[in-house]
Amino acid sequence: MQISGAQMVIEALIAEEVEVIFGYPGGAIMNVYDEIYKQRSFQHVLTRHEQAAVHAAEGYAKATGKVGVAMITSGPGFTNGVTGLADAYMDSIPLVVISGQVPMSLIGTDAFQEIDAVGISRPCTKHNYLVTDAADLPRILKEAFYIARTGRPGPVHVDIPKDVTAQIAKFDYSKEVDIETYKPTTKGNTRQIKKAIEAIANAKRPLLYLGGGIINANAADLVREFSKMTQIPAVETFMARGTLRFDDPLLISMLGMHGSYAANMAMSETDLVIGLGARFDDRVTGKLSEFAKNAQIIHVDIDPASISKLVNAHFPIVGDVKNVLEQMIPLAKEQVDPARYESWHNTIANFNKLHPLSYKEEGDRIKPQWVVERIGQLLGDGANISTDVGQHQMWTAQFYPFTRPRQWVSSGGLGTMGFGFPAALGVKRADMDRVSVNITGDGSILMNIQELMTAVEYKLPVINVILNNNFLGMVRQWQTLFYDKRHSSTDLSMQPDFVKLAEAFGGVGYRVTTKEEFDAALKDAVEKNVVAIIDVVVNRFENVLPMVPAGGSLFNMMLEYKEK
Amino acid sequence: MMEQTERRVISVIVMNEASVLSRIAGLFSGRGYNIESLTVAPIPDSKYSRITIVTAGSVRVVEQITKQLHKLIPVLRVYEHADLVETEMALVKIPMTESLGDIEALTHAYNGRIVNVGSDTMIVMISDEPSRVNHFLEAIKRFHPKEIVRSGSVALER
Repeated sequence: MQISGAQMVIEALIAEEVEVIFGYPGGAIMNVYDEIYKQRSFQHVLTRHEQAAVHAAEGYAKATGKVGVAMITSGPGFTNGVTGLADAYMDSIPLVVISGQVPMSLIGTDAFQEIDAVGISRPCTKHNYLVTDAADLPRILKEAFYIARTGRPGPVHVDIPKDVTAQIAKFDYSKEVDIETYKPTTKGNTRQIKKAIEAIANAKRPLLYLGGGIINANAADLVREFSKMTQIPAVETFMARGTLRFDDPLLISMLGMHGSYAANMAMSETDLVIGLGARFDDRVTGKLSEFAKNAQIIHVDIDPASISKLVNAHFPIVGDVKNVLEQMIPLAKEQVDPARYESWHNTIANFNKLHPLSYKEEGDRIKPQWVVERIGQLLGDGANISTDVGQHQMWTAQFYPFTRPRQWVSSGGLGTMGFGFPAALGVKRADMDRVSVNITGDGSILMNIQELMTAVEYKLPVINVILNNNFLGMVRQWQTLFYDKRHSSTDLSMQPDFVKLAEAFGGVGYRVTTKEEFDAALKDAVEKNVVAIIDVVVNRFENVLPMVPAGGSLFNMMLEYKEK
Repeated sequence: MMEQTERRVISVIVMNEASVLSRIAGLFSGRGYNIESLTVAPIPDSKYSRITIVTAGSVRVVEQITKQLHKLIPVLRVYEHADLVETEMALVKIPMTESLGDIEALTHAYNGRIVNVGSDTMIVMISDEPSRVNHFLEAIKRFHPKEIVRSGSVALER
């Protein structure tokens, strides 16, 4: 079949069974947009900013496990999208981002809207391509999808010059991907697995350390099976929330900088860490030399570069965590005695009793943590939860009653403010039957507020709940704790009228100061089924606790804050 | 806690593609690792090239480098050499006013020779282990070299 480069893009997306792409047109990508106009196979969602297009594709990918697709133009269109690429790279989200480029003859001439896009995307993508001949396009697009979703998933960027989208060449998409230099290891080494199971059987205080790789590998069911069978308690990273149900007796909680006392103490006391798809991030480990000091480490990860990067693994197992668990479960069934860890369970129960995750109610003022819990009580499993970045994000990770994988979509590695709302649009598009809630802050929401228009146009009724403390709260918290209360540029008292703002775009808005008002607003927003902002006035100076100060040891937590 | 830094030679077998060198160089520069020398040339009768990188770092850093290199899609293999034969070439331009006989003797001792003689200058070439190249360049100073170029190392495991 002889077709244009632009038509090839469409044909490839159809062949990949893409049902929706998120994008924003511009000069260099117009040939492709012309073909988008002519086809009926997939939907194009026009976001109101390229960054939002990439974040929406991320939200869609996180919610479905499929490859998210975004389409942007050259120059500023591309640079606007870079934050999304970097975000997806840090959180291992499978994306294909296609950008237009100036024609080949103009590359390197400082042409209008020209930028060295592959030069910029190189360090923040899993792989990237500059297509110089339409004949390469079928292979490149097929490889892009393959690379994005296999191994450790990640974003792949394909930059296509305008003349290449016009060029006619042969389109054959049937050839299997065969990249000699890219063969990800997916099965774990049997000998290492055997040794790991022996270590588990001999451990007294083993601890499952569950990471986001489990979600990516669709391995949560197997983790549930493994933990139930072995009765080994578990902590979750921020990215792994939803792997175990919130009410699973074996789930301690989230660990790390804002992890629970019990989770961090369990990590400090364990004699065997069983790391599954987690990468020992600095927000998890605190001071490395004190991290899980008494423990041996089993580390299962698809990415060999993640193993022994920060913490030395005694039992390194490279492989897809799903396959490795399938290999581990029959061995564990024979060798691990689930009754063995009873005193360990008691120790953990005592940690939990000593300092449970909690907050203090104060008079009539709504506490931000209450809002998170309340959304959980009212919507629970029926909601998918996205967040922006900051205090509200940590409170959500701590207090939302997650029941399933892919219910939780948040920017973990890069910490991108402005991620939540567009990501929630992508989540909604992926799962129309559930309510898509973006829990956000008064700082973050303004970073992609223009997406109200996208939400209205495409009938993607995301409910944005602002935990409004008139502060850039997390930075304010650090200033309070470590900068002697010098609140430099974090006071956000100057604010728009969020109710009118939502209404101006055709959505609904609520200003909430009491718990009754909140319940009513959430109920009404769900019923109205249009994009909403619920602006909740919360306690201004609430801190996210417990807290392990950056670089501190996990067991040295600040449990409460006392005014000096 | 400073870890011991050592000189390391890493060979990387990569696909012959336009962007591969920048991917590798970017991996070093983005992490603040220094490249002492880098050579690249196609491997005969294949679609691969061999890149030889000399760098310095602790065991931990170099292990991370090799893993990250391996993670790049167009990288086929990464070798961190322990027991190797390593060779480097140098060209030196020397004024014709200097003693031809002395220069010839010196270059000879370093597997070299005079490769070009012009009216004002001559060029000598040597090829030897990098440490011996250093010695040679020290010794040649007395002949007032006008220009020196080193090729960077190439290496093969024994």
